[in-house]
Amino acid sequence: MKILVCISNVPDTTSKITFTDNNTAFNAAGVQYIINPYDEIALSKAVELAEGGKGTVTVIHVGEASSEPTIRKALAIGADEAVRVDAVPRDAWFVANQIAQYVKSQQFDMILTGRESIDYNGSKVQGYLAELLRLPSVSIAKKITVEGDTAVIEREIEGGKEVVSATLPVVVGTAEGVAEPKIPNMRGIMAARTKPLTVIQPVEVDSLSRISAYETPTPRGAVKLIDKDDISQLVALLHTEAKVI
Amino acid sequence: MSVLVYIENIDGHFKKSGLETLSYAKAVADQTGQPVAALSIGNVDRDTLETIGTYGIPKVIRVDKEQLKQFVNQAYATVIADVAKHVGAQTVVLSNSFSGKALAPRVAAKLHAALADGASSLPAIEGDVWQIRKTVFSSKAIAVEELTARTKVIALMPNTVEPSEAPTAVQIEDYEPNIEDTDFSTIVKDIVRATDKVALPDAEIVVSAGRGLKGPENWKIVEELAEVLGAATACSKPVSDAGWRPHAEHVGQTGLAISPKLYIAIGISGAIQHLAGVSSSKTIVVINKDPEAPFFKVADYGIVGDAFEIVPKLTEALKAYKNH
Repeated sequence: MKILVCISNVPDTTSKITFTDNNTAFNAAGVQYIINPYDEIALSKAVELAEGGKGTVTVIHVGEASSEPTIRKALAIGADEAVRVDAVPRDAWFVANQIAQYVKSQQFDMILTGRESIDYNGSKVQGYLAELLRLPSVSIAKKITVEGDTAVIEREIEGGKEVVSATLPVVVGTAEGVAEPKIPNMRGIMAARTKPLTVIQPVEVDSLSRISAYETPTPRGAVKLIDKDDISQLVALLHTEAKVI
Repeated sequence: MSVLVYIENIDGHFKKSGLETLSYAKAVADQTGQPVAALSIGNVDRDTLETIGTYGIPKVIRVDKEQLKQFVNQAYATVIADVAKHVGAQTVVLSNSFSGKALAPRVAAKLHAALADGASSLPAIEGDVWQIRKTVFSSKAIAVEELTARTKVIALMPNTVEPSEAPTAVQIEDYEPNIEDTDFSTIVKDIVRATDKVALPDAEIVVSAGRGLKGPENWKIVEELAEVLGAATACSKPVSDAGWRPHAEHVGQTGLAISPKLYIAIGISGAIQHLAGVSSSKTIVVINKDPEAPFFKVADYGIVGDAFEIVPKLTEALKAYKNH
């Protein structure tokens, strides 16, 4: 089984989010980048599915050379090879088109992405990709098992779960719980240095939208502390002041 | 040119987040002076379909086929794009629900449209260019997304607009969509849904707890508080990582981002990753025994003290309030 995992590079979860150029660009100064946590879960699942000679795992990333540490980490976790599309990842439509272009030249049985990215909180790439490749897709997957040419996937729905069977190849967006996160060991880190990393050129993609500005949320006023022996005051405030009950 | 809104149903019923999309679509139609129609897929009875008129939408396209009884994102996206062309829609509105997240990019790709997912504002319109706000970096910031393509798909974040009534008569049109067998490569085998609980992603009130509760056996006080408020329950990452609560309840940067009207955090210190997922809540109440807990800095109301003492008292006080 050939598995492709799409990896995006995102600011570490503890990063302070600020903007430059009159609030039109993200300020990357001093920001530590990591594999998008959901993509890391997808990768852990892919490695698990391929274990014991059952398959191979390729990771693909759209980004500049500066994101190679993220790609090497993915190789250390257990991917067999990596592909980097050498371009600034303008937006999800651009990224999905790059990945689709690569996939068309290959034969993958399963394409995994994280359920969303933690930077722009989009979950667009998986849907775009599935549509561009005319493949079935399942989003927010909590469990994946593969039997022959069929994947049985549990997906999260509001207030419950749905079990879906999909004929391979399929695009799956993974959520927490789909696999135990794999921590790279020393052997993995050493091996990652020599695993193949192919750099390919981007294709041209038209632009449909763009982010024109960023705003920071208006800070809340100071907290109103309520005496623990006067709880009914909180109930009254929630009703009359906040008007939420 | 017109506006099309796809309204999702669950077992033939519309949810509040669906009604919100109706009001949003109606507002966009009013802004642009275009007609608006709703699309319903699957088995929804006439009485329920007619409630769409309550929100000012005079026309419903009904696609009710046996094949479409279960949700298959590929097939549903084909139907939505096909109906958009049928009614000449240049704007498609749907909910940013779990299903909507899977549908929106597919529909946008089919229509070669710009996509605003997780939209949290009405558009500011200047000719063909629409600006729509959405939260990014897990609510640490807001991005103004400029949709430049002529066709637009908008996936509306739940709890962004209130459904507002503007009753009108409804005309229902049955439509036979162009779908292909290749659109059905996934098959729904089973659905398990807790019907007695409020679903977290679109809950208006959320009661959430963290490690301060000391163990899963102590969640009863959280559930009782949630019950009296008609709220959904949630938890912090350490709690779901420890297996005290299911992952589906984890809110925060790497869990679910929510924006309820009221978020009550019990025994959660307020790490930056947790705040990221909940800070767009309208009102935040924090209960924590540590007065230095960072969560108090972003809360509207706070109580310093022992959760095991305060939470049952709050439940009682709310019961008294509801009963009078």
